[in-house]
Amino acid sequence: METKVLTKDFGLDHLYRIGVYLEQGGYRAVKKALTEWKPEQVIDEVKKASLRGRGGAGFPAGLKWSFVPQKTDKPKYLCVNADEGEPGTFKDRSIMAHDPHLLIEGIIIAAYAVGIHTAYIYIRGEYELIARRLEGAIGEAYAKGYLGKNILGIGFDLELYVHRGAGAYICGEETGLLESLEGKRGNPRLKPPFPASVGLFQSPTVINNVETLANVPFIILNGAGWFLERGSPKDGGTRIFGVSGAVNKPGIYELPVGTSLREIIFTHAGGLKPGRALKAVIPGGMSCPIFKADEVDVKMDCDCVAAAGSMLGSGAVIVIDDRTPILDVLSKVAKFYAHESCGQCTPCRLGTSWIHKIVKRMAAGKGRADDVETLVRLSTNIKGRTLCPLGDAAALPVLAIARKFKAELENTMKGNA
Amino acid sequence: MSREFTADLKKRIEEITARYPSRQAALLPVLHLVQGETGFLSAEEERAVASILGLPPIKVREVVTFYTMFTRKPLGRFHLQVCSNLSCSLAAGERILRHLQAKLGIGVGETTPDGKYTLTEVECLGACEQAPCMMVNFDYHGNLDPEKVERIMEELK
Ligand SMILES: Cc1cc2nc3c(=O)[nH]c(=O)nc-3n(C[C@H](O)[C@H](O)[C@H](O)COP(=O)(O)O)c2cc1C
Ligand code: FES
Repeated sequence: METKVLTKDFGLDHLYRIGVYLEQGGYRAVKKALTEWKPEQVIDEVKKASLRGRGGAGFPAGLKWSFVPQKTDKPKYLCVNADEGEPGTFKDRSIMAHDPHLLIEGIIIAAYAVGIHTAYIYIRGEYELIARRLEGAIGEAYAKGYLGKNILGIGFDLELYVHRGAGAYICGEETGLLESLEGKRGNPRLKPPFPASVGLFQSPTVINNVETLANVPFIILNGAGWFLERGSPKDGGTRIFGVSGAVNKPGIYELPVGTSLREIIFTHAGGLKPGRALKAVIPGGMSCPIFKADEVDVKMDCDCVAAAGSMLGSGAVIVIDDRTPILDVLSKVAKFYAHESCGQCTPCRLGTSWIHKIVKRMAAGKGRADDVETLVRLSTNIKGRTLCPLGDAAALPVLAIARKFKAELENTMKGNA
Repeated sequence: MSREFTADLKKRIEEITARYPSRQAALLPVLHLVQGETGFLSAEEERAVASILGLPPIKVREVVTFYTMFTRKPLGRFHLQVCSNLSCSLAAGERILRHLQAKLGIGVGETTPDGKYTLTEVECLGACEQAPCMMVNFDYHGNLDPEKVERIMEELK
């Protein structure tokens, strides 16, 4: 079975131009959904397809859409999360650079299903050239009547805008994103209320990742059954795994949800560089707890990776080889979260900076005998006690490294001293 | 002292504000626009943006200081932003930063005296498959080694 779905046409020249996209059968899914299906049918089909969020949390997309009230006197909004800040992640960039119309199609269908007339693509500020490409594609879609007023003559309107962030990881967190889009610091909001009822501009809002939405046209065209066949029963379709680190062929690999981590590393990404052996893997972006080399026979779907003690996250696989001291990895993790904590709540603000301080002294050869224990205690105390999930994102990887590599960390410290 | 935006800039700002139900929501895009014109956001620019969007100046300052891409001081003509996050460091990214420091004779966060280059260390740029990588202004450069950095620098001249 051909496993590539989203990335199938990525090799085509100028796929990002609407003419080429239409030649490949583009916008057929929009036509089908808007002219043949009722909005509820679209939501039902996406629910049946078990499309799980590709942004990090793996929440079922159809279910999320069904939480938005159908009747409300407020406008509803769709925010597309293209912040892509989770270290190790680069898949959304590849979708937007190669196939922006696929994303636009997914946006139109999602907006139709939920009754939304305004959508924003929140894209990380560094992707300036890609933001321009998206704007070009959006302009083409308006010109062909797929965006704007009375789309396909069915009386459905949709305005779509690109909104650039400005460098802050926390704005990938959905409520940080909403604050940022409103022109403020990206400080996450306390939940509840959830964005489905009180979101952007105090109105019901759907927030979905780029890759999540890019799957929607295929579900419409081929049906939920087809989509499920390509993945796991509770987690349909393919995932675009982004593999980086110590492998021979870093890059994106679109594979069935549930492909084993070992196969991704050794078959698709070409295994480790010559003379090196696998030491550890971060399976879904920096915030996901690390696996040791003997833990890679895990099926990469949301539930299996969770059962193995980590998270599928954004599907960003970071491969670490035996020549890399684990303290180096820990240093990167500690530095990143101390830098990116928004500072709003105490356990995260102080906890991440204490962790960073301790790890720095360990690396400088000034570590104390019980530092690894302290890291375990600190990260355990942050976990579950912060305003937004950044606290867990910072604590869980530190906890996993401190527990799984305690002996090595203590040896390195002795050596550094 | 206050600063007047040109008619053209004002028009572009109004085009942006029309996309949102609140003028404040236009703040990030407008700051990008203004910074693109002036190179950096001085207190004057902050006040002018505040006034055109109908915000207290403190709201603008809060935002400018929160986001790493906004700068309150001038940067070099070429802003070299070298990634030091995990995937890049697994690909020996540190030596890129060291190489540039030695070559330019400046530290991280500094600008060369001729105002040509600013060197910054940044977190993951979302291009880890091309690790190690850096951005020069908005252009991405990947699979770097010191020789490739030399070639890129040649072309910046
Ligand atoms: C600290 C933090 C950073 C996040 N960054 C991103 C991001 O860059 N892109 C993204 O799509 N989701 C990110 N998420 C997840 C979002 O909060 C949200 O779950 C997601 O956008 C929902 O879309 P999905 O259900 O389609 O995955 C982040 C979450 C946290 C806690
Ligand atoms: S780690 Fe350097 S670009 Fe991702």
